[in-house]
Amino acid sequence: MLPLPRKYRLALTLASLCFMTQAMAQDITGAGSTFAYPIYAKWAEAYRPVSGNGLNYQSIGSGGGIKQIKAKTVDFGATDMPLTKEDLERSHLVQWPMVVGGVVPVVNLAGIKPGQLKLSGSLLADIYLGKVKKWNDPEVAALNKGIPLPDQDILVVSRSDGSGTTFIFTNYLSKVSGDWKNQVGSNTSVRWPTGINGKGNEGVASYVRQQSGSIGYVEYAYALQNHMTHVAMKNQAGSFVQPDAKTFSAAAANGNWKAENGFYEILTDEPGKDSWPITGATFILMQQVQDNPENGKVALNFFDWAYRNGEKAALSLDYIPMPASVVKLVETEWKHSLKDASGKSVY
Amino acid sequence: MGAVIIPLSKKKSVMMSQISMKPPAGPEQSVASRRRVWLGDFLFEWITRLLAALVLGTLLAILLSLVVTSMPSIRAFGLGFLWSDAWDPVQDHYGAVVPMFGTLVTAGLALLIAVPISFGIAVFLTEMSPAWLKRPLGTAIELLAAIPSIIYGMWGLFVFVPLFGRWIQPLLIHVFGHIPGVGLLFQGPPMGIGVLTAGIILAVMVIPFITSVMRDVFELVPVVLKESAYGLGATTWEVVWRVVLPYTRTGVVGGIMLGLGRALGETMAVTFVIGNAQRIGASLLAPGSSIASTLANEFAEAVGDLYTSSLIELGLILFLITTIVLALAKLMLLRLGRLEGEKS
Repeated sequence: MLPLPRKYRLALTLASLCFMTQAMAQDITGAGSTFAYPIYAKWAEAYRPVSGNGLNYQSIGSGGGIKQIKAKTVDFGATDMPLTKEDLERSHLVQWPMVVGGVVPVVNLAGIKPGQLKLSGSLLADIYLGKVKKWNDPEVAALNKGIPLPDQDILVVSRSDGSGTTFIFTNYLSKVSGDWKNQVGSNTSVRWPTGINGKGNEGVASYVRQQSGSIGYVEYAYALQNHMTHVAMKNQAGSFVQPDAKTFSAAAANGNWKAENGFYEILTDEPGKDSWPITGATFILMQQVQDNPENGKVALNFFDWAYRNGEKAALSLDYIPMPASVVKLVETEWKHSLKDASGKSVY
Repeated sequence: MGAVIIPLSKKKSVMMSQISMKPPAGPEQSVASRRRVWLGDFLFEWITRLLAALVLGTLLAILLSLVVTSMPSIRAFGLGFLWSDAWDPVQDHYGAVVPMFGTLVTAGLALLIAVPISFGIAVFLTEMSPAWLKRPLGTAIELLAAIPSIIYGMWGLFVFVPLFGRWIQPLLIHVFGHIPGVGLLFQGPPMGIGVLTAGIILAVMVIPFITSVMRDVFELVPVVLKESAYGLGATTWEVVWRVVLPYTRTGVVGGIMLGLGRALGETMAVTFVIGNAQRIGASLLAPGSSIASTLANEFAEAVGDLYTSSLIELGLILFLITTIVLALAKLMLLRLGRLEGEKS
């Protein structure tokens, strides 16, 4: 080695290290949905030993994921709010669903056990609109005969950050309540008429746990892991259902997935007596034209592996895998729509 | 000339010392070395000048990029942005008044609480504390400034909020809630979360800043002045109120402004405890949101140009507010320095 001063040697070593890691990295990069983060992390963990490829997923939220994939800084973006066909065409993106999950209302009421309290969609909307203010309101009592309801103010807790969870929740409220649709609407973040707002599932969960008499909504896996008191919901068919894998798949079975419209489908308020009404899919976005087809191929291999082998991991976290028929449609769409710069199919 | 030479490198300084040890060297050599020194000084001066300009340039670049990226919302809402209370991502309509109100009210509350406490601490440290306590107490207060703000946020949410909501807020509602006028400030369910809580947490965070500035300027007061006041029979309170405070007025205000600057921009701690509701409540116990907390909450997920640029415009407003506050603080400290110069 040349007799270089020590500091140069150090700098050179560091620089070469950087190049080495760059050359070695076959990592898939993705960003977006926090709702789907637990399952992508679990899949990635299982996939690395099989393939040698890691996943670098930043759970910055669906909005962030959409921005990142449009800017081409990641291999894929993940969003819980599907983009419409026009949006996809304008930004030259391909979209497909990955898993289905559920959003559950959670409460903190003394003496009420998980699944004991029953609510209907319109009542939930009225609570979130601030119209029903007390837990012993006749409307709540009518659905919950024999349950001791306290004379307590309802404290409404929502998400302060934009999120797919909020999109699924407000989309449901808009479907079941005209007032909600007109006054608030559905989006990843909305103008909440009442209550306090926490950041992320954990922010909502910590407020709900802390404040007696509160109601919030979180992703199902989050409620389960933190032993929160979820409620039973009345679905479109009029029966009360508990949130679990069975009721989520009953809702997902109604999905009408079509490649032509970018698999745009929102699974809230689905018919069927077993359907959980606040269900939604989470989606992957990729660029139609892959600047780096190698990376694109590696990412698609990961998704294919996840469709085929990720079922158990998904169910263990209470996400519902996509049915085989949908997977077939999705993979045909990959062959059809994902090209490299010369127009050759990537997958 | 040898005295002003700044050794640029080891080799050169050795050479210089040789020169200065042997002044009667050849004329050419001395001219060459003088030229080299001149060049070094010249380069050094310009490098420092460049570095200083870099800071200023960064500041201007930030301001410029804030203005440019918030253009869509400036164009869409104009000045009305400043007094519209709409914050509706569904309708894509935004206004700054709710977060601005939250920012100013929480920072104001923080100062209302922090200034008297800091004043007390500073007076104790400079006038009354036994010598052995001065240093550890002063260090302890400065350590408060070293705690990361997220720790304050977590402590606030998990420790302070339950205690405050359970014991203090019901008491406040009970005592003040029925007084006409003032009572309006203490209405609503005692959640422990809200504008008042944010103000209190901010107060704890700015106390070390205000205290250290106050203590430092109080120590600037010439002992002669204080001794003469004591000699005339003044009590400690009279000395502090009539001699120390008038003498250090501008410095004290400067310290308060520094605290205000910090309180205005604080993000994480406020986000944890303010409740993040985009509404203005008359009650101090109601949830609200500040500019910084709105940005922290919504920026990552903001979809659409208008939403993003409205958030950036909020950032621009915060930037302007804090710049004005800090500029005022600097001006006051400068004036203090000049006054000190005149007096001594």
